[in-house]
Amino acid sequence: MTTIETRNRLSRRALLRSGGALVVSIGASMPFDPAGAAQDRLVTGAKPALTPDQLSSYIAVNADGTVSAFYGKIDGGQGLHVAIAQMVAEELDVPFKAVQVVMGDTGTTVNQGGASGATGIQEGGKQLRAAAAEARRILVELAAEQLNVPAEQLAVDGGVVHTGTEMAKSVSYADLVGGRYFNVALAWNGKIGNPLYAPGKAKPKDPKDYKIVGQPIKREDVAPLVFARQDFCTDVKVPGMVHGRMIRPAIAGAVPVAVDESSIKHIPGAQAVWNQGFLGVVADKEWDAIKAARELKVTWSNAAPPFPEQALLHDHIRKAPVRKREVAEQTGNVDEAFKGADRIIEAEYEWPFQSHASMGPACAVVDIKGEQVTLWTGSQKPHFTRDGVAAILGLPPEKVRAIWIPGPGSYGRNDAGDAAMDAALLAKAVGKPVRLQYMRDQGTGWDPKGPASIHRARAAIDAAGKVIAYEFGSKAFPRVDVNSNESKPHDTLAGQLTGVALHSGDGFAVPEDSYGFANKRTYWETVAPLLDRGSPLRTSHLRDPIGPQVHFASESFMDEVAAALKLDPVAFRLQYVTDARDIAVIKAAAEKAGWQPRVSPRRDLSGLKVSGRGFAYVQRHPTRVAMVAEVDVDRSTGKVWVRKFTVAHDCGQIINPDGLRQVIEGGVVQAISRTLWEEVRFNTKNVTSVDWESYPILDIAEAPESIDVVLIDRPEIPPSGAGEPPIRPVAAAIANAVFDATGVRIRRVPFSPDNVKAALS
Amino acid sequence: MSEKFSLTVNGSTHSIAADPDTPLLYVLRDDLGLNNPRFGCGLAQCGACTVHLDGQPISSCVTPISAVGNGKITTLAGLGTPDNPHPLQTAYIEEQVPQCGYCINGWLMTAAAFLRDNKKPTEAQIKDALSGLKCRCGTHVAILRAVKRAATMMG
Repeated sequence: MTTIETRNRLSRRALLRSGGALVVSIGASMPFDPAGAAQDRLVTGAKPALTPDQLSSYIAVNADGTVSAFYGKIDGGQGLHVAIAQMVAEELDVPFKAVQVVMGDTGTTVNQGGASGATGIQEGGKQLRAAAAEARRILVELAAEQLNVPAEQLAVDGGVVHTGTEMAKSVSYADLVGGRYFNVALAWNGKIGNPLYAPGKAKPKDPKDYKIVGQPIKREDVAPLVFARQDFCTDVKVPGMVHGRMIRPAIAGAVPVAVDESSIKHIPGAQAVWNQGFLGVVADKEWDAIKAARELKVTWSNAAPPFPEQALLHDHIRKAPVRKREVAEQTGNVDEAFKGADRIIEAEYEWPFQSHASMGPACAVVDIKGEQVTLWTGSQKPHFTRDGVAAILGLPPEKVRAIWIPGPGSYGRNDAGDAAMDAALLAKAVGKPVRLQYMRDQGTGWDPKGPASIHRARAAIDAAGKVIAYEFGSKAFPRVDVNSNESKPHDTLAGQLTGVALHSGDGFAVPEDSYGFANKRTYWETVAPLLDRGSPLRTSHLRDPIGPQVHFASESFMDEVAAALKLDPVAFRLQYVTDARDIAVIKAAAEKAGWQPRVSPRRDLSGLKVSGRGFAYVQRHPTRVAMVAEVDVDRSTGKVWVRKFTVAHDCGQIINPDGLRQVIEGGVVQAISRTLWEEVRFNTKNVTSVDWESYPILDIAEAPESIDVVLIDRPEIPPSGAGEPPIRPVAAAIANAVFDATGVRIRRVPFSPDNVKAALS
Repeated sequence: MSEKFSLTVNGSTHSIAADPDTPLLYVLRDDLGLNNPRFGCGLAQCGACTVHLDGQPISSCVTPISAVGNGKITTLAGLGTPDNPHPLQTAYIEEQVPQCGYCINGWLMTAAAFLRDNKKPTEAQIKDALSGLKCRCGTHVAILRAVKRAATMMG
């Protein structure tokens, strides 16, 4: 078999072959004669504790001179590990190919928060960059001692420290420390997760000296995928493993009152696991587990979940008592300004519940050996998953090792967090390793949902046509009924169904922009969850949590104000936006799209097939995005086709432009899908959108012709997120384009053919 | 009740004991250890489990092993190798298509059969052939770039 190069990402197969005991080639013994005091002080043969304040927790120079970068986040398929390797290689002055990134294993990495809020580079990369810079400083110090040359006279190329162009004296990183460990304390800020930061004394490089950062290096993990040599967490096999399936009630909130295990006696190895509302089965073979889950006779309690008819969902939000309210921004005297307004423009917008609907339903494998537990999970926050599994098993966290292996897609707190906890309870109950995968209806029907919301905006206009006041408020289900990680059993179905005391999270958000209206108020209000325990409509983070909701409303509204004032939508924004980077990104998108100033809607609205263009801009601090959507609308079918998107994107310093383009492109397409199609359906008993027919997403036949991306590189500004910012302006850009094409303002997502046709008639 | 079946996959013949109603997907994954066809929906709605049966793409998640008969099965692992890649595999790498990659069997196996039978297809024909397959990461535009690139390579 031909070896496929997987240098920058430790082969997933290697992980599997080692049966969970990740073997990294550090610590291999090699002859080493410490020549001086620095080596004794800064280098050790025994690995220091895996704590955030140790340089060895992030960087190791292996015996062969390669570098391992231990990254406490994960790459969900966007090539993040390539960017991290670039940042590390740059600071260490080693070739890109010399760096391999080890990700998301609690046995080898510290908790940097997993995939979370587009902080992979912004926070995670910042830490790896600081650690790599410190490692280089230490290595040069060691070389100075060994070569007996002052450190400031030394340079590094390709992992070799030397005395300059003649290289009269030189020593390689491998010869200095290879196979041993740094024994260097960092200035850890005491935090774990995204805000973890532990710099050393070294200052990272000046961006003008970059050779590797900024280069369009390709992902090496695409080849193993296309040649079917890359495993997912669904592919983990452990000796003695049985297959598990969960059973969920037909009516939300119902719990089993009787379980007849004799109904599955004929299925080899079939066994039911029942604890209060928690009900699952295991069997030796996967198909048998599926059959057992289908055939198990269960008597369910009567339940009547307080779900409204779906058509009344937004009425429910409107009328529901406010649970929590927060005014985020208050400038000037908004109420007075509205009283003195010449005219007031106002509108209300609605967003549905949406599902992660990951490509495959979640999977987890749990192996309990005495008090030592190994978990293989696709959860994007494996350190927190470890904590949750430990808690639900009643063990201290250090007894659980969570190994992240890519799952079937991950866009936030999806069903992976629940699967890990369910698998742990099954494995504990049956005393065997368990591989649990949900079925499709469970993946789409029972994952935590992106919250439904309503948004109210109004603007006060004076006699001269100037916006003198702006108010924007959201009323919504909270962003996190269950937290964005599964470290606490109350945030998981397994915990909720086994009687753990509930603790619903709360909070929402307001628009992020720099409109400089003299009087401005933004606020949010939340309402209580419909069903407080084990609900298929519980909410949590879905990619760019609540950003799409809020900015669909805020950027649609800006368009409405521009249209009411008979102003070009771009010119209107440029009149009020105050931030220089915002202005630059707006101009870049308009210029690239060939935007011709005029008022929306277009003049001639006749015809069955009409076209339009729409603009939207957002911050997702500190990233800025502006975009132009060009759409075709078929009035007879209600079908909207987003023909072209033009995106201008400023996330500060660009680490890898090609990777960044792919990330933006994927985000835009996923957001088009959410805008045009996606809506969780439910009735008064349960969620009814449970597969790809009942929860449709964008089809390839509807893919845009092109997505043009303009990247604004600002090497001097620290890099910020890109995975989520391009998602949030998409719905508004499309809504504004539909308005431009048809003259009809659609204020409710999704813009499915039925909804659009109804709005146009 | 378990029965014996003979299954030819990627040129190798295997003897399998399984319930006749067992979907081919679980036989390939669990009995033969071929991880690359994947469970996405179990409903023939997404494509993640796609393999070729006598050259035609099928959903292995809804195809009982008893329905395979003497047909020859090809999985993504049998489509090409790093030394002898299918043009689609080369194009996927060049275009850096996948994100999570869980959907990849559906697109590659469906497109491979389509491009074999349709030289120089139009974009509309490609879209039509691939319609119905799912990708959740939003790589659709990149998929189209890669399939068009492969079509050019296959002339």
